[in-house]
Parts: sequence; C-alpha cells; structure tokens
Amino acid sequence: MAVDTAAGAPVRRRPRRVAGRAGLRAEALTGWMFVLPFAVVFLLFTAIPTVLAIMAGFTDMSVREIRHPLDVDLVGFATFAKVLADPTFQRAVLNTALFVVLCVPVTLGVGLVLALILNRGIRRLRSTYRAAVYLPVVTNIVAAGVIWQYAFSMTGPVNSALAGLSLPQPNWLGDPGWAVATVILMVAWRNIGTCMVLFLAGLQAVPEEIYEAASTDGAGPVRRVFSMTLPLLRPTTLLVSVLMTVAFINLFEEPYLLTRGGPLGSTQSIALWVYEQFSFGNVSQSMAGSILLLLLAGVVAVIQFRMLRPKD
Amino acid sequence: MSARNPLRPTALHATVAITALLMLLPMVWVFGGSFKTQAEFYADPGAWLPRAFDLHNYVVLFTQKGFGGYLANSLIVSGVTVAANLVFSSMAGYAIGKLRFPGRRIVFTAVIVAMMVPYVALFVSSFVLVVQMGLANTLMAIMLPMLVLPLSIFIMRQAAHGVPDELIEAARLDGASEAGLFARIVLPMLGPSLATVGVLSFLSSWNSFLWPLIVAQSQDVYTAPVGLSVAAQASNTLSFGILLAGAVVVMLPVLLLFLFLQRYFVQGIATSGLK
Repeated sequence: MAVDTAAGAPVRRRPRRVAGRAGLRAEALTGWMFVLPFAVVFLLFTAIPTVLAIMAGFTDMSVREIRHPLDVDLVGFATFAKVLADPTFQRAVLNTALFVVLCVPVTLGVGLVLALILNRGIRRLRSTYRAAVYLPVVTNIVAAGVIWQYAFSMTGPVNSALAGLSLPQPNWLGDPGWAVATVILMVAWRNIGTCMVLFLAGLQAVPEEIYEAASTDGAGPVRRVFSMTLPLLRPTTLLVSVLMTVAFINLFEEPYLLTRGGPLGSTQSIALWVYEQFSFGNVSQSMAGSILLLLLAGVVAVIQFRMLRPKD
Repeated sequence: MSARNPLRPTALHATVAITALLMLLPMVWVFGGSFKTQAEFYADPGAWLPRAFDLHNYVVLFTQKGFGGYLANSLIVSGVTVAANLVFSSMAGYAIGKLRFPGRRIVFTAVIVAMMVPYVALFVSSFVLVVQMGLANTLMAIMLPMLVLPLSIFIMRQAAHGVPDELIEAARLDGASEAGLFARIVLPMLGPSLATVGVLSFLSSWNSFLWPLIVAQSQDVYTAPVGLSVAAQASNTLSFGILLAGAVVVMLPVLLLFLFLQRYFVQGIATSGLK
C-alpha cells in the first residue's frame, strides 16, 4: 500500500484515475456477478428457511401442508407453548445440556494435553500421532455408527476384550446410563482431533523465546504450562470451547445412529427430537423446536462472532 | 528438558501412543469384522480378527444390496460439488477479498453467518422449500446447498486477500478485462488454497448425511451413507459382516484421500477455526 511510484504518487490511487468511473463500474459489476451463486444458495438454504421456520412455528403446519404451505392456520404462540410443555422435549433439552457439560471438558482436556505433548514434549512420530488422532474427524459418521454399534453390542469386540480381562461386560447400548456413556465416548472419539489441531495451531503462535526465558528462570515443565502456556493460549481455548459447545448443542448423528435416542429417551438430543417430530409429520412442532435450537445456538454464536471478528 | 528426568519423554510418548492406538481401534474392528463370515459371527461374535480374508460380504454388498448404485450417486454428488466449489468459491472469495463493490461487507457477513448457522436447525424448512421447487427426491436437491460452501469462500477470501494489489492494478492498466484478470492473474496464484477447497468440499459432500437422508426417498437417489444407514436399521436380516463391509466401502475414499493429502485437511481446519 505504502509503496510509492517514481512520480511520488501512491500506487493505489493511480488506476482509479486511469480507469475512471467506467472501470469502477466494471469492477462492481464483476463483484456482484462473482458472488451471485453464493447469494442464491444463501437465500435458498439459509435466509428463506430461517424466515420460513420462524413463521411456520406460529402455525399448525402438518405433513399435508408441505405441498400447500399457504393452507395452514395461524395459532400464535400455541405451538411454542405446546413444545415447551412437552415432557419429551424437556427431556431432550436436559439430555443435550448433559452432553454439552460432559463432552466439552473431555474433548478439550484430552485435545489440549495431546497438543501440549506433540508441540514440545516429543519429536519422533509426531505427524503419525497427529494423523491417527485426527483420522476419526474425517471418518464417515454413518460408517462410524455401524462400527460402534457392532463394537459395543453385547457380544461385540469391546465386551469380548473385557471378558478376556475378567472385567464386567455392560450392556452398552441397552442400559440408559451406559448408552449415554457410549454416545459420549463416540462424541469424544470424533472431536478430540479437531481440538488437538486447533490447540496445536494456537501453540505454534507462542514465541520460542518465552519458553527459553522461563527455562532460564528455572521454571519446571508443569509450572511452565500452568503459569505461561495456558494463559497465552486463552484465545484459542475460548474459540475451541465455543466451537465444541455449539457442535454439541446441535448433537444429532451420534445418538441417531447409535441408539435412536433410546433406551427410554436417555440419549435423545434436541436435534434428534426435531428430526423425530418431522418424521412423525408434526411439522410445526418440529419447526418450533428447531427455532428454539437456533436461539440457543445463536446465543453462543454471538459470543463466537465477537471472538472471530477482531482477528480479521 | 530431557536431561533432568529421562523418564519424562518416555511417559509422554506412551501417553500419546496409547491414545493414538485407542483412536485407531474402530479401524481394526471394521476391517477385521468386514471379512468375517456369518458362521464366524455365530461362533465367536467378539473376535477381533477374521480367520481368513473372505470377500463374500463385499460381493453381497454390491450384487444384492445395491451399493453400486449408491456409490455412483455419491460420486456424482461429490464430483459436482467439488467442481462447483472450485469455480464459485474462488470467484466469490476473490470478489470479497479484492473487488470494490457496494454490498461487499454484507456478503462477507452472510458468509460468516452461513458458516455458523447449524444446519440441523434449518433442514425442515429447507425441505419444504425444496418440495416447492419440485426437487424432492432428486440428486440436484442433495447437491444444491453444498455447491458454494461458506467455508470454501472463507478460505479463498483469505487467499485472494494475500494477492498483491499492485499486480491487479498493473494488469488493469495493461487493459485486462475483469474476468481475464481473475482467470489469468489471480487464479494461478491461488493453487494451494484451491487444493484445500477441493479436499474439504469432497469431504463434506461425501460425508454429508442428514440432508441426503431427508431428501432421498427412494433407493435410486440414496447416497452411500444413506444406503448404509437404511441397511443398518433393517439389520435384523443382515449380518454385521455385510454392514461392516458397507462401512469400509463408505469410508475408504476419504481415508485414502486423507492418507495422501493430510496437510490440506489439517490446514483447512486450522486456518478457518471451523469444521
């Protein structure tokens, strides 16, 4: 920007004069043309559906009206009241809160420890370990669901290994408590890699001199982590925790594929509830539920927005 | 730091190695299980490894369970999605990163909003809209929302932002048209980011599940993940062997891509801070 030409005028201003207004118009026209495909997809699959969902939440839309959306009756807040009073929805909210509260610390904690070790603790095989921990992130979720259903079935490989060690063999997917644990295990398996990679990126931004300075001051490795690395890593930690929280608020695939929300509704999340209401044909309830989900995620997303903005 | 306590690096190494092995266990189970015969599942359902590498399950998958068709659908969806993302997201990313036009900030805000809005919250009303457009139960409807992924635009915008202004201005002075400037000057400089966009759009289209599950209503429109999940629900009639073979087939393309192009996967996640 600050580079001057031989004539002494800043480079940035010159083309405006040469190209004139016609040049600027061509530039603007190109800009609009280039963002047009995105604008269309954004309108069709983000903007309009949001408005539609908000509006449909105030109607009694059922599966018949999907083809004739204008035939619905307005019912005000009745649908929202019905959803909020529905014990299965309340159960789903509590389950989702439980998933968030348990999954966030587990995935963040393990991801952070792995990142700390991979960043400075060891040298050999570093990229192999990183690849192994990251692999579940890219593994197809439906395939993973099939594997976990098989592995954690009563007579599956997990229980056969436990039997080999003379340990008790729980009914992983059939007992409500163990089913929650299995879903959490799968969520952790699938998300630790993301946390680790983000923490590694954050750690790479910590200048090498700081470690050297602390070493000279005689700080031990554990003290160095707690008194220096973690405070310096605060922005990354915030970012990762918000990302994971939003992801777990919207948890759908793991409980859908593993347990279908069962047994006895113990693993049903809000997103799964929304999907089920939709498949039962209760379209307006489903939409009202998804609006509540959107609001919940939105509260967290606002925080995320504020954190991402200044970086740009 | 290893001079103080020789045990420490070993302990750290062991921690990471054990975690990595635990993360890889499901891969052992799926490959081992996919070769086990029905008889082996009856005799010893929990065995980790098959007695022999019997391909029977894979044969049944393709000859009787229709996986050939599902895979073809997935390939079409992913192929079109990748191509469209390469073209549309580099155009949009360049426009947002470099061109001056009214509304540019609004578009960039829309990109960030689209990245953050959870798709599980909007699939019902999106489906109603797709039905209105007459696209229910078509591959077109499955691909449409993925043709310009906001994450792709975000990556391309960061890349285009790094192209020197002087270069663009100089090309304009030389009389290059806006389109020619983009195609001949800017695009060649975005190579590595295009690779990242290609890899990530393949990943998200191949692995997308909820939306195809909603849109596809008949077998001829099923993508591979949808076909697998439908088969898994009717699992009383199927042995785990065939399902596990299906799981291998569904995850293999991404696994291979990951082994060879790992850095593009990790780059995309690390630079954007988003999945």
